[in-house]
Amino acid sequence: MNIIVCVKQIPDPANPGALDGNNALKRDGKLILDESDSYGVEMALQLVDAAGGGEVNLVSMAPNSETAGLRTALAMGAAKAVLVSDPALQGSDALTTAKILAAAVQRLGGADLIIAATESSDGYTGTVPEQMAEVLGLPSVTFAKKVSIEGGVLKADRQTEEGYDEVTCPLPALISVTAGVVEPRYPSFKGIMAAKSKPVEEVKASDLGVTPVGWDGAGQKITSVTQAEARAAGEVIEDDGEAFGKIVAFLEGLKVI
Amino acid sequence: MAINNIWVFAQVSNGAPTSASLELVTKARSLGGSIGVWVAGDGAAVAGVLGEYGATKVYGVDYGNNLAGAAVASAMKSVIDGGDAPDLVMFPQSYEGRDVMSRLSVKLDRTVLTNNIEIVASGDSVTVTTPIFGGNTLVATTFTGGAPYLAAFRPKSFAPEASGGAAAAVQAVSVPDLGATGTAKVTAVHVEETTGPKLDEADIVVSGGRGLGESVKYEMVEQLAKILKGAPGASRAIVDAGWVPYSYQVGQTGKVVKPSVYIAAGISGATQHMVGMKGSKNIIAINKDKEAPIFGIADLGIVGDVHKVLPKLIEALEGR
Repeated sequence: MNIIVCVKQIPDPANPGALDGNNALKRDGKLILDESDSYGVEMALQLVDAAGGGEVNLVSMAPNSETAGLRTALAMGAAKAVLVSDPALQGSDALTTAKILAAAVQRLGGADLIIAATESSDGYTGTVPEQMAEVLGLPSVTFAKKVSIEGGVLKADRQTEEGYDEVTCPLPALISVTAGVVEPRYPSFKGIMAAKSKPVEEVKASDLGVTPVGWDGAGQKITSVTQAEARAAGEVIEDDGEAFGKIVAFLEGLKVI
Repeated sequence: MAINNIWVFAQVSNGAPTSASLELVTKARSLGGSIGVWVAGDGAAVAGVLGEYGATKVYGVDYGNNLAGAAVASAMKSVIDGGDAPDLVMFPQSYEGRDVMSRLSVKLDRTVLTNNIEIVASGDSVTVTTPIFGGNTLVATTFTGGAPYLAAFRPKSFAPEASGGAAAAVQAVSVPDLGATGTAKVTAVHVEETTGPKLDEADIVVSGGRGLGESVKYEMVEQLAKILKGAPGASRAIVDAGWVPYSYQVGQTGKVVKPSVYIAAGISGATQHMVGMKGSKNIIAINKDKEAPIFGIADLGIVGDVHKVLPKLIEALEGR
């Protein structure tokens, strides 16, 4: 059982985001593994364990040869990674990103299963996994919140508006997993040390044969960035044991109680 | 070329188009031209109500136990290849909407723009607006490639209004051979029963976050929601932690709510959460950290311990 996990390396969400001169999200500082992707890495490691053998490999697209987030996933137990890092990719839209990641998957020789998060925690476009499945000609199960593989067939509970669907799908396939699908492990010290020497192959868009990319390949252009009308803060009080009364009075004022 | 032909991917729940779908049909009307609405199953069943909202045609796709993504996108592609091509396709920002638009974008080699709250058409140019950084910043993006333009919209971005149109014409579209992409099959459907109003329709929402400390304390949130005849919600942090199901999540990746009153208990106000609730008419926040961002948008902020404030509040309201 070989599984490839798509991981994104993003600016730390704990820090306020900012835009650069091209109105793209600034990514020049230190990047970290998107927490949403840690669930996919964990899921992959568990599925490979359950299958009794195989490898978990990674694909990622990031600027400045960034590997900090990849090393975290390698420290969790992934074997190797392909990193696509290329200044030409700046400004790429979701479709180009999907083409690039699909090509990176093929560079690793494909896999029985490809796992991604449902969306990244910085850009939130939320279409890349399903776009990758279409580029690769694979079936997909998106928004999986429970996953198992029995006899070469994937079984998943897929989140829906009203509840969930049980879905079966033969391999090879692509799935996107919701956060919380499994409990991600913390990398051990041994894992962190081992990750430093695990192979990360860095490639450019041209190595993957994907053109056009970046701003040129994007079917979109940012035309304006404006500040939304700010919502004014109201009264803030310290609880002295009686603050609940303020809430009651507020609700009375609104005539909802 | 102006925007002459618009498609809307609609979803039907309990025999009626969802509110999010009717919002898009309503908005499409203001952009001009004919409006074709895509639904799963028998288009005739909803042609009347969709016509009232402005649809001129309903495309019904019976895709059986396939997932919507590959099946509906392939059906759309077959109609486009047959010469009936839209200038714009609007999708609700939903599980099915996202899957269909993603598959279609690759089939047509067109970009997709998601999470939008507004759309403006001017001549042959279409611009959509997306909120980022928790809704503090609005980014307007214009499609530069050729049509069809593919855009998804967050629920409640537009108000649904009927225009009294006649029933829409109906066209049944069959699903082409999907090959490997059609091998994922739904084997069972589970509907989670909830009591009380739906989270995204409730007039009052009470949400809990990490500040509750442990999952058992979420009962306070449910209890308060019940007393107020509202719906309980949650921040992503406690959904990720497995305290409550994903369907409770309010935020960028969860539900968008715009109730009359939103009570945030033990929620700091991550941008991911704020996007989903800052449209609420009135916001009450309880958090022990006075620097919490949630206080920046709250009409009434209580700097205090939710474990002390909530029980007293519940007791006071129960006695009424």
